[in-house]
Amino acid sequence: MPDFPGRGLMKGLGVTFKTMMKPAVTVQYPHVKEAPPTRARGVIALKEENCTVCMLCARQCPDWCIYIEGYKDKAPPRREGGKPRTVQKLDRFDIDYSLCMYCGICVEVCPFDALFWSPEYEYSEASIADLLHDKTKLGEWMLTVPEPPPLEAGAEAKKGGKK
Amino acid sequence: MAVSTEWQKAAYVAAQAADARVHVELETEGMTLNIGPQHPATHGTLRIVVRLDGEQVVWAEPVAGYMHRGYEKLCEVRTYPQVTTLINRIDWLGHFANEVPFILAAEQLMGIEAPPRAQWIRTIFFEMARIANITLFLGDMGVQLGAITPIFFAFRDREHVLNLMEAATGGRFHPNYDRIGGLKDDLPRGWVEECKTAMKKMRGFCDEIEDLLMGNEIFQERTRGIGVIPPAVGLEYGLSGANIRASGVDFDIRRDEPSPLAYKSCDWKVWTHPDGDSFARYWVRLQEVRESTKIVDQLLESLPAGSIQAKVPRIIKVPAGEAWAHTENPLGEMGYYVVSKGGLGPFRVKIRTPSFSNVSIVPWLLRGVYVPDVITILASLYFILGDIDR
Amino acid sequence: MLGLNIDAYWATTTLKVVVVLSLIPMAAIILGYVFLLKMMSHMQSRLGPMEAGPHGVLQLMADGVKFMQKEDIFPAKADRFVFATAPIVVLMSTFLLYIVIPAGPRLVVEDLDTGIFFALAVSSLSVLGILMAGWSSANKYSLIGALRAAGQLIAYELPLVLAVVGVVMQAGTMSLQGIVHAQADGEIFGVGFMGNPFIFTQFIGFLIFLAAAQAELTQTPFDMPVAESELVAGYMTEYTGFRFLFFFMGEFGTAFAFAAIGATLFLGGWYVPGVHGATADVLGPIVLGTKIMFVAFLIFWIRFSYPRMREDQLQAFAWKFLIPLSLVNIAITGILKVAF
Repeated sequence: MPDFPGRGLMKGLGVTFKTMMKPAVTVQYPHVKEAPPTRARGVIALKEENCTVCMLCARQCPDWCIYIEGYKDKAPPRREGGKPRTVQKLDRFDIDYSLCMYCGICVEVCPFDALFWSPEYEYSEASIADLLHDKTKLGEWMLTVPEPPPLEAGAEAKKGGKK
Repeated sequence: MAVSTEWQKAAYVAAQAADARVHVELETEGMTLNIGPQHPATHGTLRIVVRLDGEQVVWAEPVAGYMHRGYEKLCEVRTYPQVTTLINRIDWLGHFANEVPFILAAEQLMGIEAPPRAQWIRTIFFEMARIANITLFLGDMGVQLGAITPIFFAFRDREHVLNLMEAATGGRFHPNYDRIGGLKDDLPRGWVEECKTAMKKMRGFCDEIEDLLMGNEIFQERTRGIGVIPPAVGLEYGLSGANIRASGVDFDIRRDEPSPLAYKSCDWKVWTHPDGDSFARYWVRLQEVRESTKIVDQLLESLPAGSIQAKVPRIIKVPAGEAWAHTENPLGEMGYYVVSKGGLGPFRVKIRTPSFSNVSIVPWLLRGVYVPDVITILASLYFILGDIDR
Repeated sequence: MLGLNIDAYWATTTLKVVVVLSLIPMAAIILGYVFLLKMMSHMQSRLGPMEAGPHGVLQLMADGVKFMQKEDIFPAKADRFVFATAPIVVLMSTFLLYIVIPAGPRLVVEDLDTGIFFALAVSSLSVLGILMAGWSSANKYSLIGALRAAGQLIAYELPLVLAVVGVVMQAGTMSLQGIVHAQADGEIFGVGFMGNPFIFTQFIGFLIFLAAAQAELTQTPFDMPVAESELVAGYMTEYTGFRFLFFFMGEFGTAFAFAAIGATLFLGGWYVPGVHGATADVLGPIVLGTKIMFVAFLIFWIRFSYPRMREDQLQAFAWKFLIPLSLVNIAITGILKVAF
């Protein structure tokens, strides 16, 4: 297009007109919901049987939003005739989502694979106190935890357990 | 490259002189005006106290600190992974770019190097953070000048980059992905192809914005010759990034300083503009986004296979020492000076942020400027409050 | 009628005034919904309001109710009478504009012989309203914003008038009904079936009219007086609630009126070829409505696509470009009128 005064103005009009003709990109939430990607950090789920109350997650949390209390219990011995083992069991495992930064340090640092990310995000409450999810609720989130996605070509497979 | 002509510069000066003759009569001298702290034109809670003589600014001073979150103090009482989480939030639009210099400094202290695949992916994410950040600027400057449409295009097309970040790291705005020795996770399958598609869309966006906003005669009238920063003055005030490159200074840390990131492995160019006015700053940033998409494309092609993290102990204790690492962030030069005494966390971290220095030129730059042009200049300097105040 | 001494003139006039008065808010709502809410949204790749009513048609009703129920605030030092009257003056100038616009061969409130002259004169009353608003707000920067707005509106009155002069010369009459008839009965080089809409011969005049109308409505790229609120208070800052609603209705009502005048002057108004007489009375408003939507589309398209000009650039554009161009247009029209 030859250079005439007002050429930029005409091109600008063309861009807005073309955009008007194309469909809008709005997704009308809550009637239509887009699925977040598999790794999206929505909510943290707790697998209680794996937890040994080592307190690493509570210590490493930058916000100190995990509250853990445990008690000691006796488990049957590993083999016949041995001493009963002492295991730690959870009394209380609360995550306060009003403080949580969704950084994922707790999930990453747990040596026993007891915490998982889930892409669920629709858990807003009317009162801040309800944002403290207790052991049961965190266990319910486990149902929404997806399988980790397959990795890209050229990646090395993870060597057993978490890094 | 569109440079403003001598005739245009002379016309601007004549217009200012004519305006000044009219405004003498209105007797609005010595009026002190507060721009901010709540203001649509500043990117956050910046307060600029301005003394006016009629329509002209006589004296201006930015008052920062309304958003001070105490990062440097926080870093003293946090471990390295916790600090990485927090510093995502300094420049919240260029998220990943904040983590990289800190991790590089920590790796310098520990004496480890991340494997090549990790460096490649780090660089790719760094450039994507740049694209996400500057895309918003391209639309936002339109809004400051009255064009309400480009910003919606910017938000719409930025989603491509943010969705990619979410697919790989889990977070759209705060990836928290860099770790000492490498990265947290490898990329999910199909990510490379999606990334290439997204880069094509970003180039399409750049062309669209060029047609809609940058080529617009009204936009050029409003930005050419406004807020000219001579290169010597810019260097004196410590400007960095696109602000100084728009004044003709050919300096880019990615090319000029050695770093383990993968910039040497691809072919790219540094853009400068001789004018130093607001239009030049916009132009340089537009070209930089295009260049970033090209860098990402090249790095995706040459992505080496391998592991994503070097061998690091589970509990990281960085040996005692001091290290300085700086990178070319989207806003300018960002650097971390990390002092470690061998503990779980740093002893002291000094954060050098680009916007703090960029804003320091505001008193010099706003003298003699007319009130409508103040907004144009502030928009073109592009600072983010989290970056100024930390 | 009704046994009282009311003759037909007063009955029809009252009916006409009631129709016009109810037309203003309807016009504001239609223009606001179609262009501001929906067209702007689609130009920005989004949907706009969708929840209030199907596809958001009731959104402006909801906004109207919201404005009406707000607290009526007066600044402490404001001149109460002037402050309260200013929006009414602006709205009144809008109402007066609708008196001369014809929607059919017999559908006009009063077909004045100096129709277009009256319309342009009356549209300048809004300048008075704006000055009253800025002055009575007791806010130095409101006053400066109002003075800027007044300067802009006065500067762009001239290209508006001069662009219209070309049409008046071609039609030979200032009455809007007469201009429509001139376009209906005219021929283009002997081809008579579609009349002679003046947009072909007065194309430059049409563009100047559009630019000047854009400035009269303080739309981007000429909205510095209103967008001053990014930095300094504009003349409307101290207004809340229903007084602000009056300004808003005034702006969109005037946009509708200017679009109607533009359609009448340049596109042939209510005339569609082949329709005469009583059918034209029924079809006329619909045809005029379509042409209004077209002109309004052009005005709003430009509004959403461009950044705003600085006040001095705006004045330079009017005085150094539009006015000489419109004078040249008049000269050419005159020469061609005499030659042919």
